[in-house]
Amino acid sequence: MARIELNEVAHSYLPKPKQPSDYALKRIQNVWEDGTACALLGPSGCGKTTLLNIVSGLLVPSRGRVLYDGKDVTALPPEKRNIAQVFQFPVLYDTMSVFNNLAFPLRNRGINETEVRERVMEIAEILDLTPFLSKRAAGLAADAKQKISLGRGLVRSDVAAILFDEPLTVIDPQMKWHLRRKLKEIHERLRLTFIYVTHDQVEALTFADQVAVMFEGEIVQIGSPQDLFENPEHRFVGYFIGSPGMNFLECTIEGNAAQVDGTSIVLNEETAAKGNKAKGKLEVGIRPMYLEVHAESADNRIEAKVRMVEDLGSYKIVTLKLAGNTLKASVPEDQPVPEGRAWLAFPLEWTRLFDDGWLIK
Amino acid sequence: MKGKKKIVGLVIYFILLVIPIYWMLNMSLRSNADILASFALYPKDITFMNYMKIFTDSSWYMGYVNAMIYVVMNTLISLFVALPAAYAFSRYQFVGDKQMFFWLLTNRMAPAAVFALPFFQLYSTIGLLDTHIAVALAHCLFNVPLAVWILEGFMSGVPREIDETAFIDGYSFPRFFITIFIPLIRAGVGVTAFFCFMFSWVELLLARTLTVTEAKPISAIMTRTISATGLDYGLLAAAGILTIVPGAMVIWFVRNHMAKGFALGRV
Amino acid sequence: MEKWPNNKAWLLVLPVFVIVAFSAIIPLMTVINYSVQDIFGPGQSVFVGTEWYRQMLGDYRLHEALWRQFLFSGLVLLIEMPLGILIALAMPKKGWGVPACLVTIALPLLIPWNTIGTIWIIFTRPDIGLFGAGMNNLLGIPFDHTARWLDAWITVMLMEVWHWTPLVALLAYAGLRAIPEAYYQAARIDGASAWSTFVYIQLPKMRGVLTIAFLLRFMDSFLIYAEPFVLTGGGPGNSTTFLSIYLVKIALLQFDLGPGGAFSLIYFVIVLLFSFIFYQALQRVGKGEKI
Repeated sequence: MARIELNEVAHSYLPKPKQPSDYALKRIQNVWEDGTACALLGPSGCGKTTLLNIVSGLLVPSRGRVLYDGKDVTALPPEKRNIAQVFQFPVLYDTMSVFNNLAFPLRNRGINETEVRERVMEIAEILDLTPFLSKRAAGLAADAKQKISLGRGLVRSDVAAILFDEPLTVIDPQMKWHLRRKLKEIHERLRLTFIYVTHDQVEALTFADQVAVMFEGEIVQIGSPQDLFENPEHRFVGYFIGSPGMNFLECTIEGNAAQVDGTSIVLNEETAAKGNKAKGKLEVGIRPMYLEVHAESADNRIEAKVRMVEDLGSYKIVTLKLAGNTLKASVPEDQPVPEGRAWLAFPLEWTRLFDDGWLIK
Repeated sequence: MKGKKKIVGLVIYFILLVIPIYWMLNMSLRSNADILASFALYPKDITFMNYMKIFTDSSWYMGYVNAMIYVVMNTLISLFVALPAAYAFSRYQFVGDKQMFFWLLTNRMAPAAVFALPFFQLYSTIGLLDTHIAVALAHCLFNVPLAVWILEGFMSGVPREIDETAFIDGYSFPRFFITIFIPLIRAGVGVTAFFCFMFSWVELLLARTLTVTEAKPISAIMTRTISATGLDYGLLAAAGILTIVPGAMVIWFVRNHMAKGFALGRV
Repeated sequence: MEKWPNNKAWLLVLPVFVIVAFSAIIPLMTVINYSVQDIFGPGQSVFVGTEWYRQMLGDYRLHEALWRQFLFSGLVLLIEMPLGILIALAMPKKGWGVPACLVTIALPLLIPWNTIGTIWIIFTRPDIGLFGAGMNNLLGIPFDHTARWLDAWITVMLMEVWHWTPLVALLAYAGLRAIPEAYYQAARIDGASAWSTFVYIQLPKMRGVLTIAFLLRFMDSFLIYAEPFVLTGGGPGNSTTFLSIYLVKIALLQFDLGPGGAFSLIYFVIVLLFSFIFYQALQRVGKGEKI
């Protein structure tokens, strides 16, 4: 179990990188306390697997240091760092039984057979693998195989951290839920440091204590799932988290309101004042579930055209067009949606202002 | 470091591999008299007379030409018939498909020696003895099953959705096959052509049995270097080196494709 | 993905069937025909039933050739399989070394088989060959493949290994390249030694290609003709007369079409039988992997 620290880490796959776009990781500065379950969330190509491989030691970063419990491990290979990694597809020793698969890392370290047996039985029980111990690993289903991969990491009592690289990719949708629950259970029971890479926000938000959203080689925001949802610090976080993502409207500031297409949206005074001083492109942001759709006009309501209504069972998604922008609002299933024209209200507490993509606080 | 041991081992193996070929090169650059007179590690008096003899004597160089002709013929025929058949095996279920496939593979296991005489009689009966097409057809016995086997493997890697989309889009089968499908399995066609070429070029028994003078390949002519003074080693060596050249050139040109093919993990 | 059922697909397969059948079935019928007849001259023959079969099966020279053949193929497999795997393990994974290695290794495979024989005749002669002279003069070991059977066998084996190991190496290399990097990473993390990595990851994952290599080498070595024939002509005496060489001698040179025919069929059946057995055995080794 370890506290993992990344110090000014940057990485490029090119031998002589010249500009920022040559870097897969631009600058990572972060500390994961011992026992955290952290998800690295982001789209393909954002650098999350690169970051994971730097933490595990499979990759040496072009710049920066990696520290485990204060000790510099940047130059150490994975086997010396005492970590375990679970990959996108199950990685097993096909010819061995489940028991031997789990015992393998221990036997390689020269641990005596009685201890090995004890430890393997313990882990097998936690993972519900006990009935399969004598079976050949290759013959099991994908989810059992991933559990075995995980087991090989758990079996080492001094393991520093367990790293997951999109481990549920090959699992059937029904089993995904079970496995996610199992992972959370294990984390609560053993309190090991888990770092979990995924591009699926549902996985990240349900599994982790802490989510780090990555975009184009940087950690854009790190915080609890609720933080990320209510206070996205970057436009990308607003867009990526939530389904559908946050709505954005270009605007200008006049007084303490944002001006969109001639209509005012009242903002919090402090925010508006900072917005006035901002130099970059200004945008108003609001999540679909907070955007109110009304049938009549009133103060501070903006007219928009209703384009489409999708009924998703317990709620509806209304697609609207406003001043050339497409907006989505999420309304409860029993709320009637006007046809043709509607008036949108932007509740003060949920409306955010972004300067060049970054949240104005 | 472990890497060093690997490199040393590989280099030793390569040297051992190349030595016999080098030795033949050595012989080919010396006159026969010189060879028999003294033993030398490298040609002290280099002479190209052996090569000149081969290039100027039509009874020699025609051997190469003949071999080239039937090898190319065979490769083309094999590819031409194997492509549609491989497609059928890859995409369709039909009566007797598994048995047919297996039967094709068993032909590869047939001892050429068994077919030598029957082929001789068959082709002389239909009047095709001593022609290039005879050898090309005979080699099809082994090359066509191999071609179908390799191509089927590559074709199965192409998702059926592509075929379905093309048919929905109104492509006729020939048009789809030629303009869409074959470009997708370019690598497979390349590999197959390579193996057909290779096998047909190196085969001796059938090539010798079915030819007399008109289509006689170099491999059969080489055994004719016996003269009154015994075997002309210099000439033999030169002829041998020249048979290696086409093969070496082919691999040299496809080397990067081979490397890429291996990287893709496709056998 | 299910295949589409469609019997019209036969049309696509027809050209292949015609060409292969033409080359396979007609000669096969001819061979079977000969094998049950005693042929005196053109158009004069007598049906003799299974007599030739009985004769060939009892022919002691056939038995000897068969044993020699088994010994030969056995040695081939024993040497070439491990050697090929070792070479594949040593080959580089990327960079300019890859095409360079592939070209060098593939070279022996593209040499016409009689040239192979020629190369080795020249190479091992005591008077003009590097190997022959080296053995005789440098090391003082009397070596002459035309005189002693042991020397002939050694030469034939050297030639065969030199010629065909690259095939095993190339197939093994292809199999190795197909293993995803993640397996090696996991093995490192588990603290596995190089030997463990080989036994538990590389070897099992190469099972497919190694099966192909094994079957191909068995079949081709069992059918071998040109290389040993050019090198030794089957001699000295009969010591390197393998099955194919013996068959050609009977059928083509002695023109004993009857016995030749019977022999051919027996030969073919043996190859089929052993290939089938090996194939099943190799499949069974990995049977546990299927669910």
